[in-house]
Amino acid sequence: MPYQAKVTVMFRKSILDPQGAAVERALKAHSEGIDISSVRVGKVIELMVDGPGPDIVEEKVKVLADRILANPVMEEYTVQVESLS
Amino acid sequence: MNMNINMKMKAAVVVFPDSNGDRDAKRAIETLGIPVRFVWHKESSIEDFDLIVLPGGFTFGDYLRTGAIARYSPVMEEVVRQAKRGAKVLGICNGFQILTEAGLLPGVLLRNRGLLFLGRDVWLRVENNATPFTSAYAQHQVIRLPIAHGDGNYYIDDEGYKRLEGEGRIVFRYCLPNGVAPNGVAPNGVAPNGVAPNGIAPNGAKGDVAGIVNEEGNVLGLMPHPERLVEPILGGQDGRGVFESLLNAVCGRVN
Repeated sequence: MPYQAKVTVMFRKSILDPQGAAVERALKAHSEGIDISSVRVGKVIELMVDGPGPDIVEEKVKVLADRILANPVMEEYTVQVESLS
Repeated sequence: MNMNINMKMKAAVVVFPDSNGDRDAKRAIETLGIPVRFVWHKESSIEDFDLIVLPGGFTFGDYLRTGAIARYSPVMEEVVRQAKRGAKVLGICNGFQILTEAGLLPGVLLRNRGLLFLGRDVWLRVENNATPFTSAYAQHQVIRLPIAHGDGNYYIDDEGYKRLEGEGRIVFRYCLPNGVAPNGVAPNGVAPNGVAPNGIAPNGAKGDVAGIVNEEGNVLGLMPHPERLVEPILGGQDGRGVFESLLNAVCGRVN
């Protein structure tokens, strides 16, 4: 069964995110009249997975996210799995 | 110096795609008469070495995170095996980043606080000269080495930092030319309230940490480049002590 998994990796809240701070300054300079704060920059990794069911796919992708896609020392991640069939 | 004894030391420099400090590292070690073999990162079974260097560079384009892909190169299982065996492992710059990703050293190298790539000389204080990498230096000796990195902002949680500090595993710290940090924290880097000093590291590194060793003391990672300053023609020899120390650690004092 085909699935699409989406892994979102963000810095932990306790880690200074200088890139987010720089982007926040740029956004505030063009704020369109809205109040902007707490900008953080992360990354999204999409992968296609052929697996027996969504729970197992999620479990396996979490293992890979923990080991490779994120470094738990500085990052946390979420995994979303969507059926493509 | 007895070159015959030095010839007995076996050193390897690992070459990854986008390594750029590999040749400098090889030459630096060879100036001491130690033979060096380049080891390609795809080699999964290598002979035993006394010293393995993970050189500087931008392996795999720094994709995902610095060192995150190189850490899964076949050679890394051998590096871990030989580190456990007691071989000396020296990770310079990107090599340091690979060692943290591989779990051989604690903590992580974040993006420089100012977001800029930094290429310049820095001053460092030798915080522990009782290691196989620093015995040729005096305790608290101040040396000058170049840095060239975008991700050198060493981070570890407070508990981990205190542990490194308490066990003498912070080996190099950024400092001023006189060896003192501007906030007066010196010479052991501990601020009066016991927390990491908010110091002068150009990259924002916690506690001004520039280099650390593992628990056993045989794996060193540092962001500055000792291999780029071993010959007078390059402007100084402050980095030579790292390689002299390693030679002394492996072969005994020979000069």
